[in-house]
Amino acid sequence: MKIAVLSGKGGTGKTFVSVNLATVAKTSTYIDCDVEEPNGHLFFKPEKIQEEEITVQIPKVDNELCNGCRKCADFCNFNALAYIKNKLIVFEDVCHSCGGCSLVCPEKALTEKEKTIGKVQKGVSDEVIILTGILNIGEASGIPIIKNLLNTEKYRQDLLTFIDCPPGSACIVMESIRDADYCVLVAEPTLFGVHNLNMVYELVTLMKKPFGVVLNKCLEEENPAEKFCLEKNIKILGKIPFDSELATINSNAEIAVNKNGKYRKLFSSILDTVIEEAKNETTTSP
Amino acid sequence: MKIAIPVDDKSLESNVSGSFGRTLYFLIYDTETKESEFIDNTAAESTGGSGVKAAQTIVDSKVDALLTPRCGQNAAEVINSADIKIFKTTHASVKDNIAAYVEGKLPSLDEIHAGLHMHGDN
Repeated sequence: MKIAVLSGKGGTGKTFVSVNLATVAKTSTYIDCDVEEPNGHLFFKPEKIQEEEITVQIPKVDNELCNGCRKCADFCNFNALAYIKNKLIVFEDVCHSCGGCSLVCPEKALTEKEKTIGKVQKGVSDEVIILTGILNIGEASGIPIIKNLLNTEKYRQDLLTFIDCPPGSACIVMESIRDADYCVLVAEPTLFGVHNLNMVYELVTLMKKPFGVVLNKCLEEENPAEKFCLEKNIKILGKIPFDSELATINSNAEIAVNKNGKYRKLFSSILDTVIEEAKNETTTSP
Repeated sequence: MKIAIPVDDKSLESNVSGSFGRTLYFLIYDTETKESEFIDNTAAESTGGSGVKAAQTIVDSKVDALLTPRCGQNAAEVINSADIKIFKTTHASVKDNIAAYVEGKLPSLDEIHAGLHMHGDN
């Protein structure tokens, strides 16, 4: 079963929730899809790390063969090609690796070459397998890395898998939750938090994913995110208090469920609820 | 000398556009004959890489200089490859900038920004 953890903005507690869920699940896989800023590994401190480079195809020009027809530049939706002073220039950072330019070139002056955009690391921490995607700084899209991370040959399908998503609701998040069986939305108890929760709520609804909400940083006072859930009839999976002890544990890059019995109990209960909810969904939906 | 300026309107009374890649029009002006021509910037609606495409338009117009308030890295690379000089506009109005250019009072544009990529992406 694959459980994706997401939120409309950074800093709501996606990594906190997914790291702790993966730890209470004991034998599980944790996948960090937040490739621009992966930080789950800081808590797990994985060992026996194996690395794999991730590459994409980008065009390579043979200016001897190029006759300057510009069919490639006209075709490119992202304007990654310019023809200046009888020479074709490729802007690698703008290229989206569609391969179209080499297809439309009548002179076969364009071929493809590999470009490394980042890497995937695989390691272990106790019984948790840790997969981390790392996008090189300046690259346009982390999607090829996420596709590699979520390749089903990478981890055991019979174990629980936790996908720590990038923040927001853009295509990189869509790619991260594409194959998820259940989505856990993490929300903050503020009006801004509700705005961001609504973004991911719309996304999971659009993608017809079963989901529930974890209310993080809960205070005694009224919680606008909780109100939102009650109004929309959204399942609340659990409430995590705003607690300086938790903040301290996190700042020390430690895993709360390993440090404090109260939090082990809380996350076990959230995990049980998630699994139950996800099972119900698979039996009730066609 | 032929110069290009990103402009908001198809008029010599126009102001300089705040963006190079996504300006609606370019003014192509000949400082000797005082002839002016306005061309549409087909890059304005691009999903991405508008700077590259707009720069290609400028290069194809065979100008000697580009007068612009700002310019991204990729666009500057295209413009520089074609040996077109880039000057920084110092006034709001097109006319004032042309006058300043003719008098040799416009500074060259040295701050090339990293580009405002990610439009419609990510």
